[in-house]
Amino acid sequence: MDFILIEDGRAHALTAEVAGERVRIPASEVREALDYALKPEGLCKGELCFPLRDRAALVADDAVDLGELARVTGRPLALDVAERAAALGTALDDRLAALRGLEAPDFTLPDFSGRVHTLSSHRGKKVLLIAYASW
Amino acid sequence: MWQALYEELGSHGFVPITVALDRNADDPRPFVEKAKPTHPSLLDTEHVVAERFHIVNVPTMIWIDERGVIVRPQDNQFGTDTFTNFHGKASAPYLELVRAWVREGKGALAADDVRKHQQLPTAESLLARAERALAWHLHRAGRSEAAERHFERAGQLAPKDWTIRRGSMPIRGQNPFGPEFFVLAKQGAAEFPMDAVTKTRVAPRAKL
Repeated sequence: MDFILIEDGRAHALTAEVAGERVRIPASEVREALDYALKPEGLCKGELCFPLRDRAALVADDAVDLGELARVTGRPLALDVAERAAALGTALDDRLAALRGLEAPDFTLPDFSGRVHTLSSHRGKKVLLIAYASW
Repeated sequence: MWQALYEELGSHGFVPITVALDRNADDPRPFVEKAKPTHPSLLDTEHVVAERFHIVNVPTMIWIDERGVIVRPQDNQFGTDTFTNFHGKASAPYLELVRAWVREGKGALAADDVRKHQQLPTAESLLARAERALAWHLHRAGRSEAAERHFERAGQLAPKDWTIRRGSMPIRGQNPFGPEFFVLAKQGAAEFPMDAVTKTRVAPRAKL
């Protein structure tokens, strides 16, 4: 049955087994949607691996426990098991390192005609980024 | 005013990029249609820019130099004096500051100074953003009661993040300029360390 996982502004429809507050997702879907792979070194995203002190808590029968994945990676998890939906946020360490590094994070967003724009395409110019709202 | 500034300074290697932290294109469209921007005028319904740059209120101004480096962090400044009676800041001095940056390279802060005046997230504020993202999804899925629970939770985790508490008001059927907002305003907005650097205050913030 569909379980929606929101990450970085995108929604992924995943297969999930829900029991109480525990949500288990097939390892293949975790790899596909979130780019985390289970290796001997631990839970890995690209070159970075989180060593696993309790591997069984994270993965059993080729399914990954979402709460444990969040804990291991240090990422905040907003979960609603009844609604079969969750949002996985950014780890504090990662966001702090990015902000204190002072390199402006890149982004791609649409304008009001639907055309997309990427911040880094303006390298070489002085950019005034203005966040505003109708509220 | 940003379009006028772009027309004035664009040939000097300057581009304003406006990002609306709105729930849809319709809410900010009147402002955009009036401004008729030729600079990038973008829509961030998922608040990805808010999260990546740690934006907790609007308007927030950030200066990014030619190398893609932040040289002036989150600054609560205005391009017009429409609400100066409320917030007490003048726009003319800020626009002068931007002009001096573009024309003379003045006003960019050294790295240490940027870090000294940045707003930074906490574990709670990042969880708040995840709760908000979940709430927003649930709302669009027609699950209003569940959405409300997560909007409420998000607000509890980050009470001074107005991109969450005020930004969610239109979504939840509240008036961001009405009594629910007065409650928020009384609790106080987030502190901007850049207020000590960018001197545009001409009056104290109004008491509601």
